[in-house]
Amino acid sequence: MRATYREAVRSALRTACRRDERVFLLGEDVGRYGGAYACSLGLLEEFGEARVRDTPLAESTFVGAAIGAAIGGMRPIVEIMTVNFSLLALDQIVNNAATLRHMSGGQISVPVVIRMATGGGRQLAAQHSHSLEGWYAHVPGLRVLAPGTVQDARDMLLAAIEEPDPVVVVEHQFLYPMEGDLDETAPPVSPWRALVRRAGKDLTIVAWGGSLPKALAAADVLAREGVDAEVIDLRCLRPIDFPTVLASVARTHRLVVVDEAWRTGSLAGEVVARVAEDALYDLDAPPMRVCSAEVPIPYAKHLEDAALPQVRQIVEAARRARGPRA
Amino acid sequence: MTTVPDNDPTLGLFSVLRDDGSSDPQADPFLDDPTLLGMYREMLRIRILDERMLARQRQGRIGFYGTVTGQEATPIATAFATRPEDWIFPALRENAIMLARGFPLEKWLAQVYGNSADVLKGRQMPSHMSGRAVNQVSWGSCLGPQLPQAVGAAWAAKLKKDPVVTVGFIGDGATSEPDFHSAMTFAGVYKVPCVLICQNNHWAISVPSSRQTSSKTFAIKAHAYGVRGARVDGNDVLALYRTIKEAVEHARTTSEPTFIEAVTYRIGAHSSSDDPTRYRQESEVEAWRLRDPLVRYERYLRRAELLDDALKASMSAAIEEQIATAVRAVEPIAPPPRSSMVEDVYATVPRHLREQLAEMEAHPAPPSAHGAGH
Ligand SMILES: Cc1ncc(C[n+]2csc(CCOP(=O)(O)OP(=O)(O)O)c2C)c(N)n1
Repeated sequence: MRATYREAVRSALRTACRRDERVFLLGEDVGRYGGAYACSLGLLEEFGEARVRDTPLAESTFVGAAIGAAIGGMRPIVEIMTVNFSLLALDQIVNNAATLRHMSGGQISVPVVIRMATGGGRQLAAQHSHSLEGWYAHVPGLRVLAPGTVQDARDMLLAAIEEPDPVVVVEHQFLYPMEGDLDETAPPVSPWRALVRRAGKDLTIVAWGGSLPKALAAADVLAREGVDAEVIDLRCLRPIDFPTVLASVARTHRLVVVDEAWRTGSLAGEVVARVAEDALYDLDAPPMRVCSAEVPIPYAKHLEDAALPQVRQIVEAARRARGPRA
Repeated sequence: MTTVPDNDPTLGLFSVLRDDGSSDPQADPFLDDPTLLGMYREMLRIRILDERMLARQRQGRIGFYGTVTGQEATPIATAFATRPEDWIFPALRENAIMLARGFPLEKWLAQVYGNSADVLKGRQMPSHMSGRAVNQVSWGSCLGPQLPQAVGAAWAAKLKKDPVVTVGFIGDGATSEPDFHSAMTFAGVYKVPCVLICQNNHWAISVPSSRQTSSKTFAIKAHAYGVRGARVDGNDVLALYRTIKEAVEHARTTSEPTFIEAVTYRIGAHSSSDDPTRYRQESEVEAWRLRDPLVRYERYLRRAELLDDALKASMSAAIEEQIATAVRAVEPIAPPPRSSMVEDVYATVPRHLREQLAEMEAHPAPPSAHGAGH
């Protein structure tokens, strides 16, 4: 069936609540309001207040409480309205959820899922628009997923809920209204693999989450120029599935990485570094990165558009990666 | 177990205005006529400005807007109760304090449009305006940080022996954030000259204030932190003026902080992206409309024979004209140039940003959407 990304998230939340008594949802405005992005609309009515909890406005406290509930045997799914607000809960996520298994000698596990909206493009200015998934992807003990398609919005969330370790799921704000095919009976998939979304032989474009549709659109433009781009959806940002990336580069010999975060210290840098370490001699041209301008994301549309990676720039980077030798 | 005595001022509600338009003679600050009318004019201006701006947002001319309808009394009382050298650290609903403290409307509007006349250079959302010229700081969209900052700025004033007071604001929802508790602790421990005001408008988007605390009132929290506390009718501009003025001057002379709960109601939506019918009853809103701060104050002014239909009509017309003129002047102004984006990330533009700018300029600029709208 056709569904939006937000409906796919909702479908996963509903399925998880139905099949596992231990699952409950918590966060700001998740109940009566149905979530700031309407991902939990109708779930309060279906599952009741005990399982869909509107919390006080206190990210560090409700994430901490979810960690406690997970330690206590529940399967909490936390919604943090945007990645910027998750910064108020960094201590709980980075210093606690991510370390407890290790520091308890394996005695304690924290099976919590923390969902958050990320990214820009909606004129909400810097404090609602950042892309900080790379920060979480830096932290051992966390798993980080960035679904970029409607089906993945469901499947990867369901997989995250099955995980015995804390999983951060980043959902790009711009994807929520996106439509796509959704199979609500699809069997479990591995969320840890990168996938080739579009096969091609001339160059590899790596993207994830909100940048995936842009990468695919850029590939379409390139196709009209006779350039056959392969698009890899990274999907899992920690741990990263490098073999899939390396295998693609071994075929195409050229690499462009799209990352809505800032270039310096970005995940895009990590991907490029890894390709350089393991496959430098497979490359026929310097790898390219398309990232956000290194400024706080502005409000004015004209500036915001200029700050964020756009299809045009991906195409341009691809042309340059093709280089004069192509 | 000891309970809080019912005569505790942090449980009661201080008000001046009565329903018939008279005032409590014990409580009335007896302000002079120009001040009384000035406060009315400023409240009316925000009411009208919000309506016009929300319409602009609906037409797609601006990206976002948050109104303060029903809550005009607290910002305006604050503007009149402070001195120009005092600092304002607003939360969501106090943006207009700066207008009432003399910030030009045109510049303020340019920020709403995020165009090249905007002193914030198109970088901040509407309703988050700030201005160094009027000592008003922008609030953090990640709620809470302005309160420890207000305390810190007050601390600076104390250390420098400046007779300056800071006024920090927070919504009822954000009192659940750690920053509120830390700020109250710090203000109490260091005795700094600040006034912290919670506008309890009963809702934090869809979450009612009963979900934020099980204390009997918000004001009562002052006790726990060793800070003076007061609870005031937030739809009564005279009660607010008197309470805030007293707290501000007390802070100025003794360096003692006060925490004030202003009990009010958000009549409009949370912001232009919200639909409140999804979570609250219209009957509740109607009940609060009867306590509209403008209507109540108007009754008082009419009874005092300071206001009549003719004056009200001419004031409204003058405000409408001022706004229309400013909008006409501001709307056609071009968006900020792309190159402006790399300014002010640091005091001087570093090399990596100059390089990134050069890369950006190597590409043709996208067709310019005039102003900031989608
Ligand atoms: C840290 C953080 N968490 C969540 C939000 C999303 N959010 C924006 S406003 C708001 C409610 C604020 O309520 P309150 O503090 O009562 O202020 P009001 O809107 O009523 O003036 C929420 C939850 C945010 N901006 N920042």
